[in-house]
Amino acid sequence: MLGNALILALRELRRNVMRSFLTMLGIIIGVAAVIILVTLGKGATRQVTEQIASLGSNLLMIHPGKHMGPGQSSGAAPFKLADAEAIQREIPSLIAVAPASSSSMTAILGNENWTTAVTGSTEQYFSLNNRKIKDGRIFTSNETRVGVAVCVIGETVRIKLFGRQNPIGSQIRLNKLSCEVIGLLEAKGQSTMGSDQDDIVVIPLRTFQRRVTGKEDISIIQVSVRDGISTDKVKQDIARLLRVRRHLSDNEEDNFDVMDMKEIAKMLSGTTQVLTSLLSAVAGVSLLVGGIGIMNIMLVSVTERTREIGTRLAIGAMEREVLLQFLVEAVVVSSFGGLIGVILALISSVVLAGVLNVPFVLNVPIIFIAVLFSAAIGVIFGYFPARKAAQLDPIDALRHE
Amino acid sequence: MKTKDEDKTENVPLIELKGVRKVYGTGIAAMEALRGVDLSIYPGEFVAVMGPSGSGKSTCMNILGCLDTPTNGTYCFQGVEVGQLNHDQRALLRRNYLGFVFQGFNLLNRTSALENVELPLLYRHTSKSEMHPLAREALEQVGLTGWEHHTPGELSGGQQQRVAIARAIVTRPVVLLADEPTGNLDSKRSSEIMDLLTSFNRDLGITIIMVTHEQDMAAYAKRTVHFLDGLIENDRKQKEKSSC
Repeated sequence: MLGNALILALRELRRNVMRSFLTMLGIIIGVAAVIILVTLGKGATRQVTEQIASLGSNLLMIHPGKHMGPGQSSGAAPFKLADAEAIQREIPSLIAVAPASSSSMTAILGNENWTTAVTGSTEQYFSLNNRKIKDGRIFTSNETRVGVAVCVIGETVRIKLFGRQNPIGSQIRLNKLSCEVIGLLEAKGQSTMGSDQDDIVVIPLRTFQRRVTGKEDISIIQVSVRDGISTDKVKQDIARLLRVRRHLSDNEEDNFDVMDMKEIAKMLSGTTQVLTSLLSAVAGVSLLVGGIGIMNIMLVSVTERTREIGTRLAIGAMEREVLLQFLVEAVVVSSFGGLIGVILALISSVVLAGVLNVPFVLNVPIIFIAVLFSAAIGVIFGYFPARKAAQLDPIDALRHE
Repeated sequence: MKTKDEDKTENVPLIELKGVRKVYGTGIAAMEALRGVDLSIYPGEFVAVMGPSGSGKSTCMNILGCLDTPTNGTYCFQGVEVGQLNHDQRALLRRNYLGFVFQGFNLLNRTSALENVELPLLYRHTSKSEMHPLAREALEQVGLTGWEHHTPGELSGGQQQRVAIARAIVTRPVVLLADEPTGNLDSKRSSEIMDLLTSFNRDLGITIIMVTHEQDMAAYAKRTVHFLDGLIENDRKQKEKSSC
């Protein structure tokens, strides 16, 4: 009986190529949209997590002010170099401490100028931030202490100012400071937040404070903790030390923030998760629209199919034989459409992931959900009108208008 | 087959309608299509059903073909009361005993003539190897050799009618019910079809009940039943025709 139903169903599908195709199209679009959107969303989340992980989980960032959420902080007095030195001196189990301060300014070379982020820091800035030198060298601890006029530039700055020339050994001007380019950083591309990590100039902190801004302020202190030491413990130690140095009484809240990478990761992936839920909502709508497409085709073909059912019944088909045939038809169309949708989605996801520069993350549950949902719609709307028709007296089904 | 049937059932009707009424609609809109029809048909008969349109002959045919159910009265087929059968049992009765030629053909669209004719065989679970030859033979009998792979849309009205006849006879039914089987055919084709039906009746013992408007066609039958206003007005046996 199943074999018979299969023959009948396949014959019927072959005869109605257009109808079968339109039904499948609804399923294909629904399934593909959901899978593509969710896969890309997951890929973006994964990218954020990976980038943060690449910075190392033992990195702490100390900001003045209190973080209120992404990009917001309450104002508070900046740190001084002495704070960083105190941390280095009094907190054990730290590998490196890099105080830094930055400011946006224009770098000038001959006729070319380019506005970029200039950061003043110590030589430890490079290892802490995982920045490698492509050409030349970084400044030494001696140069940092003395405050000589040297700088290390990022790839974007090199392109904007030097074009094809070799930048090493040239003098560029930052405000009133003329400094020698001693190193070129390896390109790192866009950050998770979308800023260009190669659009930077790094100079010794002392040089920055004395000869560029004229202020002693430090806007961030980065600290790396030795492996195997609890970052939570170190965070508490640093907080205690800073509270003392910033003269906070017991009932005052911290006016600085010590964050480890886990927290930053949480903060950023919160953002991408919002994005993923948004994409999923859009995908859900696509699935629904696809479902409505399937429903339409199924319901529109009911008239024609009711007469067909009448004919089959008149010839001697039993109700369950007709239903089995319709069920097989719906299942074949739905699973075939689902399969095409999945293949299409996987190909598009791989291509789009490449174009958008996010990793391709295969999400198996969402594939199943999408396929099952569309298949269910296909089967339900193919099956129930057929069942209604098959329960009629043949003459009523034949007379159906 | 023929002799066995005739021996056993010469006096037992194959089909027996008793007081059959059929009412469409309800209340004031109710329309009585059949108003108490009694009809007995014996195996091997060839009955022509005549009457003006609206006289209830098509309704009667639909009931005889188990496509429709009477409002009142009983319909016995080979002594079995059809009213007592369920949906599936009636389907099996249609499948195994009846062949129906519809007035509007009711062929499956976009389906080749051959596949249309094979359809009842498929539901009878005829093996694949037998199905093709039987369907081809039936199409050949109605003169459609060479048209097997044309769909109804590609066939003329007369050709569609002949596909419908082929589909009805391919299973060699006990009873062939035909609603105006020659309605769309020219006189030459009509007489060919009638000769074919006559030969099924004579050689295979298939009982034939046929609705027709034309006296010429009714003349092929052995018995003519006239319907008028939902009742049988006249039921007479023709003189035994000399076969040509």
